Amino acid sequence: MKTPFLTLTATLALTAGLAQADEVRVYNWSDYIDESLLAKFEEETGIDLIYDVFDSNEVLETKMLAGSSGYDVVVPTGTFLQRQISAGAFQPLDKSKLPNIENMWDVISERTEKYDPGNEYAINYMWGTTGIGVNEPKVREILGEDAPVTSWDLVFDPANMEKLADCGVMFLDAPAEMIPAALNYIGEDPDSHDPDVIAKAEEVYMPIRPYIQKFHSSEYINALANGDICVAVGWSGDILQARDRAAEADNGVEISYYAPDEGAQMWFDQMAIPVDAPNPEAAHTFLNFIMDAENMAAASNYVYYANGNKASQEYLAEDVIGDPAIYPSPEAMENTYTTTPFEPRVQRDVTRLWTKIKSGT
Amino acid sequence: MRRFTLIAIPYFWLLVLFLVPFVIVLKISLSDVALARPPYTPQLDLSLGWEGLRTFFSGLDFENFVFLTTDDLYWKAYVSSLKIALVSTLLTLMVGYPIAYGMARAPNEWRPTLLMLVILPFWTSFLIRVYSWMGILANEGTLNTVLLWLGVIDTPLQIMNTNTAVYIGIVYTYLPFMVLPIYSALEKMDESLIEAAEDLGCSKLAAFWLVTWPLSRNGIIAGCFLVFIPAIGEFVIPSLLGGSGTLMIGKVLFEEFFSNRDWPVASAVAVILLLILIIPIILFQRNEQKAREAEG
Repeated sequence: MKTPFLTLTATLALTAGLAQADEVRVYNWSDYIDESLLAKFEEETGIDLIYDVFDSNEVLETKMLAGSSGYDVVVPTGTFLQRQISAGAFQPLDKSKLPNIENMWDVISERTEKYDPGNEYAINYMWGTTGIGVNEPKVREILGEDAPVTSWDLVFDPANMEKLADCGVMFLDAPAEMIPAALNYIGEDPDSHDPDVIAKAEEVYMPIRPYIQKFHSSEYINALANGDICVAVGWSGDILQARDRAAEADNGVEISYYAPDEGAQMWFDQMAIPVDAPNPEAAHTFLNFIMDAENMAAASNYVYYANGNKASQEYLAEDVIGDPAIYPSPEAMENTYTTTPFEPRVQRDVTRLWTKIKSGT
Repeated sequence: MRRFTLIAIPYFWLLVLFLVPFVIVLKISLSDVALARPPYTPQLDLSLGWEGLRTFFSGLDFENFVFLTTDDLYWKAYVSSLKIALVSTLLTLMVGYPIAYGMARAPNEWRPTLLMLVILPFWTSFLIRVYSWMGILANEGTLNTVLLWLGVIDTPLQIMNTNTAVYIGIVYTYLPFMVLPIYSALEKMDESLIEAAEDLGCSKLAAFWLVTWPLSRNGIIAGCFLVFIPAIGEFVIPSLLGGSGTLMIGKVLFEEFFSNRDWPVASAVAVILLLILIIPIILFQRNEQKAREAEG
């Protein structure tokens, strides 16, 4: 769930030196791979790789539901994958063509079974958590040294938000994650599909709504890094990216990421093959290439997201495998929750509630 | 025969790029949402012959349009879009008219350069220009930095993520569409008419109101429609510059289509938007026709 910038369809077409008839079209999140891997794939397999990017699950889902997308490999997030499987958008994987699947990490595979029973349609690419990014010095200056940065209290307690408002707070514009977070905070089941329980999220948001500057799913990266805002509720890797940008800019901004103590949502970006993929053979070759331990490690080392590949862990850089914001401890991983997709009726209620929270209407 | 071919080209264009897509959208707006590819039902299955056609048409109904009336969100979004479009049209007129006037009164040899300068921003991507406004209007942005440095303000102005930023964005983006028609109306004007008015005892201001303004009216009307019509359905500017509270029909449409995956309701919203837009478009065409008749 990686979303920097509005690179809706920044197309990166890599052409190999040799002319081949075989080609594979991959549609992945923007800024989500080490690009040298793309050249390596072409070199090793002799298959032309056409690599396109998107920045929201909704855009991908629309293409999948419309059909004839022309892509061979796509990367939806767990809940979206599950719904698209029910809509008949993907083909089952032929695991005989995926010898590297033995590299996968059972801890993650067990969790992704919730979306894709038996992991029949997809393999895990990256996973992460949804938590809080904090401009540490500024927040401590405003709330004092004992600011509750490791707790959802920081953003759901109106008293804290009132003080932070001037400094700037942004939330993800993703109801499927922000409503479960609010439900989890008040002790309800974050994966509730009961409209009456979901409605309780409104009571959490209304008191803090005046202090939220904006709901947006990618602007917070720059805003945090530039010091325009102090706090953002966002995706782990994106906030770590803001941390690195601020460190590079050396502008006095220090960003930390916290998966809050009360529990954070865990999500999984899964690689799958559309049912109408023009070249499923090459798609399998690509998936097998990605599941290679060293290749997967190179991708994680580059994007600062954890992956679902056990064998890759020995090749991971120390600041990736050793960072609990990326690879949480087993105890911290127990302290996460996952969600399942809403039924169309409930989805409509959720979107409507979210519009009400955002616009007051 | 040749005449028929000539007329056929624009009609063919309209048929392929307007009528056919509209019929498809209208058809989807009468369908029901489904978890399938594509995500609505019924699908037209021609292989079943007449029977297929009959079941297809019996599956269509106006349920989605009725649904739009049950929630005041849609009504409020239409009204708020109309308001934002109206205010930004007036603001664009206030900024654009003096520019067009200045250009039309500039020395002859300057005019091509000035015209070029108005068109020049189109050479840069629209998205990049809106992004630069984000850089200018942000709390730590150029505008606030300069104002703070000058001592005009003590705390940064919160412009970014408000309706003010949306107005600035729309006025900036659509300004050329206002300036160009007004300029072309003013440029055609015979300046000796002003001299005549002044000779007959008009003050400069009175001459402007009694002569220049009425003569540029067609340009003003054309400019206003060119700004107003696209501004109603504007999506990019409010989503990038506006706050989460900025309610516009473009955003509602986006949410129906992408978040709710409800193509039928999204299509119904689009059909209503089109009906709302048809009224100003007809008025616009009538005005154009009158202008042509007056000239001819």
